Amino acid sequence: MIAIIDYGMGNLKSVHNAFKFIAPQTESIVTSDPGVISKADRVIFPGQGAMPDCIRELDNRGLRKVVIESAMNKPFLGICIGLQMLFEKSEEGDVEGLGILEGNVNRFKSSKNLKIPHMGWNEVEQNSPHPIWSNIESNERFYFVHSYYVKESDSSIKTGSANYGNTFTAAVAYKNIFAVQFHPEKSAESGLQLLKNFISWTL
Amino acid sequence: MGLAKRIIPCLDVNAGRVVKGINFVSLKDAGDPVEIARKYDEEGADELTFLDITASSDNRDLILEIIESVAKEIFIPLTVGGGVRSPDDVRRLLNVGADKVSINTSAILNPNLVAEASSRFGSQCIVVAIDAKKVGDHWEVFTHGGRNPTGLDAVEWAKKMVKLGAGELLLTSMDRDGTKIGFDIALTKLISEAVEVPIIASGGVGSLQHLVDGVLLGGADAVLAASIFHYGEYTIREAKEFMTNNNVEIRL
Repeated sequence: MIAIIDYGMGNLKSVHNAFKFIAPQTESIVTSDPGVISKADRVIFPGQGAMPDCIRELDNRGLRKVVIESAMNKPFLGICIGLQMLFEKSEEGDVEGLGILEGNVNRFKSSKNLKIPHMGWNEVEQNSPHPIWSNIESNERFYFVHSYYVKESDSSIKTGSANYGNTFTAAVAYKNIFAVQFHPEKSAESGLQLLKNFISWTL
Repeated sequence: MGLAKRIIPCLDVNAGRVVKGINFVSLKDAGDPVEIARKYDEEGADELTFLDITASSDNRDLILEIIESVAKEIFIPLTVGGGVRSPDDVRRLLNVGADKVSINTSAILNPNLVAEASSRFGSQCIVVAIDAKKVGDHWEVFTHGGRNPTGLDAVEWAKKMVKLGAGELLLTSMDRDGTKIGFDIALTKLISEAVEVPIIASGGVGSLQHLVDGVLLGGADAVLAASIFHYGEYTIREAKEFMTNNNVEIRL
């Protein structure tokens, strides 16, 4: 069973729709129940909105512990803010993240030629091989929408990068965690392929 | 290489069907929304926009059903506009699978709606639609399909909406809409340079060169068109190839 963590932020319907579409025979549940999440075989940690609100809502639902545990012991996919929250600290509202991965979250610097949010289809260069990249070519385009990006302390966890003004981290991989800044559930064929790879990923 | 410019086909929805009018009147039937959405997705559309152009209470339920059916099988961003009056309307649309919601008239009646909706759901899903018309030497914001002047200057209004939390602006030239003579490039450039959020240019596309001009001359981040795609004049694929050949970075 796949648990899609619901902490009251953003649109989880798209993520759920995508899993129902690619794997109708696999049970996927949108849930804020720590018991269900801890029993799940795989966990999706999505997110949209501002990081301070996301962290607050996560704590209001008592989900911090089960998210940290899941991130340490089963296939775990972070999406967008779900990637950012894994890190230590964000410039957005100067808030502390979950601190599972070392590094910070920074805002893009806007300029005349650089619109914020970074919105649309950008190329993701694969920096290291990973089962989640199976059947996806390096520099394939994925759909992004965000104003902040992660800067990891340990560059070996970076597995995908994109360019927007400068090169930034688009995906990280660490043990059973794979987390992406883009939205695979909105990235047409390449996004659906990534989600399929996540379902068949064995540790 | 980096971020691609987006091509967004727009589906004007009236009573559950896709229609296209000229200057917002004399509607012509263009087909079933789910079928059209599927076709555009297959051709490589980067995003889809649905505008509920009548947006009466009956149609509200219809558009929710349409978005729900489309969202189940099409995995690119979906934007919905028309008749969005409250944060609850935004929530309902997001809950059936819309990724962004476009607010137009209600933002003028109550600018605070943009602030409330963006703080509750995030700026990334709040698009403000601006319908502008040239009046003398500046552009004024109009409502009701270009019939009602508001007295608001389009550039000042765009800046205000971004300040309140709009994550993107959908800019339509009322002078050009349905005319097929091209975007209002001067207006697009003016607004694009005035704000830091992405701009979708809309209104007036009649040829593939117009799409290129919107990006290269107008500075648009995305281009929206309806009739050139609905009536089969061009496919999305042809538009993308043309833009690529004219030095616009596109997702192929």
